[in-house]
Amino acid sequence: MSTILIVDDDLQLRRFLRTTLAGHGHAVVEAGTVAEAIDAIARVHPAVILLDLGLPDGDGLTLLRRIPPETRPPVIVLSARGQEGDKVTALDAGAEDYLTKPFGASELLARIRVALRRVGGTPTPDVIEVGPIKIDQPRHTVTVSGHEVHLTPIEFRLLLELARHPGRVLTHHQLLREIWGPNAVDEVHYLRVHMGALRRKIEADPARPQWLLTEAGVGYRLREPKPDGPAG
Amino acid sequence: MDDDRDDRPDPDALLENLKAEESRAVRARLKIFFGAAPGVGKTYAMLQEARRARVDGDDVVIGVVETHGRPETEELVGDLPMIPRRVIEHRGVRLTELDLDAALAHRPARILIDELAHTNAPGSKHVKRWQDVLELLDAGIDVHTTVNVQHIESLSDVIQQITGVRVRETVPDLLFERADELELVDISPDELLDRLAEGKVYVPEQAQRAVQNFFQKGNLLALRELALRRTAERVDAEVIAYRKQHGISSLWPTADRILVCVGPSPGSERLIRATKRIAEGLHASWGAAHVELLGAPPLGDKDRERVEAHLRLAEALGGEVIRLAGRTVAGAVIEHARQTNVTRIVAGKPTHSRWRDLVRGSLLDTLIRGSGTIEVHVIAPLDEGPPPPASPIPREQPSAWAYGWAVFAVAVATALGMVLADYATIAEVTMLYLIAITVASLAGRGPSLVAASLAVAAFDFCFVPPKYTFAVSDLRYLLTFVAMFAAGLVISTLTTRLRRQERDAVIRERHTAALLAFTRDITVALSPADVAAVTVEHLEASFPVSASVVVPESAPGSAEPGALVAVAGLMPLAPQELGVVRWAFEHKQAAGRGTDTLPGAHILAVPLLSGDDAVGVIAVQAKQDPRRRGGTAVPLIEAIARQAGLALGRVKFAEQAREATVRARTEEMRNALLSAVSHDLRTPLAVITGAATTLRDDEDRLPGAARRELLTQIVDDARRLERVLANLLQLTRVESGLVPNRELIPVEELIGGALTRLEGTIGSWKVDLDVPSDLVVPVDPVLFEQVLINLIDNATKHGAPPIELRARRDGATVVLDVVDHGPGVPPELRSTVFDKFVRASNAPGAGLGLAVVRAIVEAHGGRVRVDSAPGGGARFRVELPAEHPAVRRPAVDELEVLPVRPVHVVRAADPEPGEAPPPGQDSGAGARS
Repeated sequence: MSTILIVDDDLQLRRFLRTTLAGHGHAVVEAGTVAEAIDAIARVHPAVILLDLGLPDGDGLTLLRRIPPETRPPVIVLSARGQEGDKVTALDAGAEDYLTKPFGASELLARIRVALRRVGGTPTPDVIEVGPIKIDQPRHTVTVSGHEVHLTPIEFRLLLELARHPGRVLTHHQLLREIWGPNAVDEVHYLRVHMGALRRKIEADPARPQWLLTEAGVGYRLREPKPDGPAG
Repeated sequence: MDDDRDDRPDPDALLENLKAEESRAVRARLKIFFGAAPGVGKTYAMLQEARRARVDGDDVVIGVVETHGRPETEELVGDLPMIPRRVIEHRGVRLTELDLDAALAHRPARILIDELAHTNAPGSKHVKRWQDVLELLDAGIDVHTTVNVQHIESLSDVIQQITGVRVRETVPDLLFERADELELVDISPDELLDRLAEGKVYVPEQAQRAVQNFFQKGNLLALRELALRRTAERVDAEVIAYRKQHGISSLWPTADRILVCVGPSPGSERLIRATKRIAEGLHASWGAAHVELLGAPPLGDKDRERVEAHLRLAEALGGEVIRLAGRTVAGAVIEHARQTNVTRIVAGKPTHSRWRDLVRGSLLDTLIRGSGTIEVHVIAPLDEGPPPPASPIPREQPSAWAYGWAVFAVAVATALGMVLADYATIAEVTMLYLIAITVASLAGRGPSLVAASLAVAAFDFCFVPPKYTFAVSDLRYLLTFVAMFAAGLVISTLTTRLRRQERDAVIRERHTAALLAFTRDITVALSPADVAAVTVEHLEASFPVSASVVVPESAPGSAEPGALVAVAGLMPLAPQELGVVRWAFEHKQAAGRGTDTLPGAHILAVPLLSGDDAVGVIAVQAKQDPRRRGGTAVPLIEAIARQAGLALGRVKFAEQAREATVRARTEEMRNALLSAVSHDLRTPLAVITGAATTLRDDEDRLPGAARRELLTQIVDDARRLERVLANLLQLTRVESGLVPNRELIPVEELIGGALTRLEGTIGSWKVDLDVPSDLVVPVDPVLFEQVLINLIDNATKHGAPPIELRARRDGATVVLDVVDHGPGVPPELRSTVFDKFVRASNAPGAGLGLAVVRAIVEAHGGRVRVDSAPGGGARFRVELPAEHPAVRRPAVDELEVLPVRPVHVVRAADPEPGEAPPPGQDSGAGARS
């Protein structure tokens, strides 16, 4: 299907990734260092890169910054819990998404699917549907399970921004910059308050959100509906 | 030389021994079972020995034994005969005490008296139980008793320092010394703590708290060391006593002992050296004696310094320093020589004129006459020139006012005499003048002499016929003049001496008070810095001096000598003065001004000694004229230095004990961690390994359901492993001082995030929420999500559904409750449930979850506790400060004011909807979204 570059110095993890991805029909290329990775990118033009942040010859961020944005395929960062700061840095530096180790195969495949969809250049349709949520861009209306909900302009922008990248995490900074402009990137609290309001309008139980998920210390994600089910 | 002295049977000792042995024969034996703390098993040991003796047919009875209801002890008491206790009614309370009279009447061979330090009930014969024991011993009854180290009187302040507990019931050291036998009952502190935990140590209800403070491992270690040391000292003393007693007796008749008389004269130095040579030749021991004359004016500063220098020299040469007091030098020396079997006395050849001997009596004469069989060696001092002039105590210079006073007194006497002249005889007028002279002498010697002269003149002029001339008609009056003048002289001398003694007494008293105050303050000093500060403060308050306390930078005993640094005091130390300080520190001797070493220095450096180690140095510099550093001040400075040294040693000891406790605790933690890690990481790993290998090896033979089951197990246990690791890491991170990265976050969002992450675990559990949507709290989102996850996870493991999550703001606090409907947490576990590695016996996990909760909550300045929810179940309550200065809380309407970027109409055909990022911005998310 598509070529996936795995950049990780741990052989066992590479073995697991290789087996899983190959089992799902992906071509896999591996690299253990930044240098090998750069070489592989030039050689095979991978569709997605799985990047471990700690590499023997430099951290993953250097690799991220050394690939020019215009030729850079989506990068999914592999990191551990507790490194939220690193994740945000990587996302703000242009990484597509991240996976927290340990992760399951389904999670991995879902992330790759989301990333590949972007590569495919599927244009955002006028009407976006995510699960029960339906956003009609030209008409500026939102319905949940067929019922129309009234959103403020900010809430609409927020939902739209997330819905344009279903399944993908958007950092606080990214959302703030998109909606309020580059001067507002530090006003995370505003974002939280509007997010809370949006949840109360979209979610059945705003304290147990099914769609508008919080990634603590990183940002928000609109859950990607599974091809075969509504959620999970 | 020292050895010689120790080996030689000391007649005093022999005599004492004889006496002691004699009295012991009739006075019966005292045996003390000695322990470091309550609960080591003294009573038990005492009873065991009593039982053995009983088997041997000895007449042993129990006077008082406190079994405190311990079955093992009670069993030992068994059928041992017991003297019934006396019952004393005191304010309606019935107290039972040892019946001393019954015990005396019973006259057993041996009586057991527990708890020597006990205070008897009011109305008893003696106030203290040890007095009962003394009486029993006097009656010839052997006593076996028990006592703990903290009850020894001389150690009580040290004990208080260590344990913080003031021991009121003390036993005089005398009893300890009097004991014929001492048995140390010793167990390790760990064992003792175990016994305490098992309830085997008797603890009075009202003393629970104090006991908890007392039974710290550090305390117990320190007390044990004290007890061991005290016992060792005693054993040492016994060995020396034995050696003395059975000493090399053949040496005894021929052994010489030489005594040299030392005074301030520089010739004394030669005498000392000569004595040392003689002593070497004779293989004799020797000592240098200085006699403090009673009733004589004290020595001046210079003289005292010289005497001290001579005595130090003697000590340095291996002689014993002997300080005597007596009316005459010769008398005191001979008396001491007789007492200590001195065979030779060395004295200096007089250098003064014969006249002085005639007036004051000759030392040598008296010595030789009184010495009897003792040889007297007279050694000529070298031609060292004339002895330095005696330097009397600096005289107070009388002021002009004092002389005015003298003139005034005589004038008044004259005037009065004139008035009374008609009624009084000449003799009475003389009396008036004597009064005037006495009054004038109060102002000093000079004024009194002036007054005497004036009085004679005025008397002659005004009263002696022919009046108003200095001529004297009757020669008898000349005698009157002489008598008046002589009386004046005597009065002035006496008054002056009295005043000087008074002044000295005042100084001594002041010094004593200063020392007392210092001792009092130094005992409460808890750190070396405190000790140093108190020392400096007191030195500067007592003398016109600047002082500094200097200690080595590194711990003493380390290989590197370490730089000496001032820890208290503002006195700057020049390099050469630091040299003096270093010398004093390294040689453990005073140096600098007023000593033999580096006397040219501006400062006096006195080492602080703790045991045999120098732990620091006091440096003192006189503020005014350095020569006026009073000679009397040096002993006080030295006394303060001794106290400060001991205090420093003690504080260091206490610190070491504390460190030992911390080390022990760390060790304990490490062990718990290791066992938890080995168990809680290995178990899931074992499951994973087992399941996975089964799948690999037997895949074909396994039915589909079994395969699925194994796979689920692998996944579950991998998650479990991940949780343990996550908690361990989180705990380590928070405990190593991670500062929470606070943001103002809606509680609803925190809970939502936690529930999302727990989706797999809580499954179908019903969760009831009661959270105001506008409630925000300043916390670290990542850390606090962990708090919620762990609390909810804990509720699903130990509780029953539904789980209730409630949050509200209560004043300045945000209160968050996690309630379950399970069996709840038993009250006795509520205080420990948040400790590391504490877990319900049947629950999986390393017992880290709640420890993480507490660590994170406390890092946020909050607290967490558990109680029972109404209707059963556990309620974990987290309380957090609602505000934090680092987090700004924007006003609500501020949120809407922020300008929103114009809505960008997004079209399906528009692949790059966002604006190009502004120049200088990271070419990142904006361009790619």
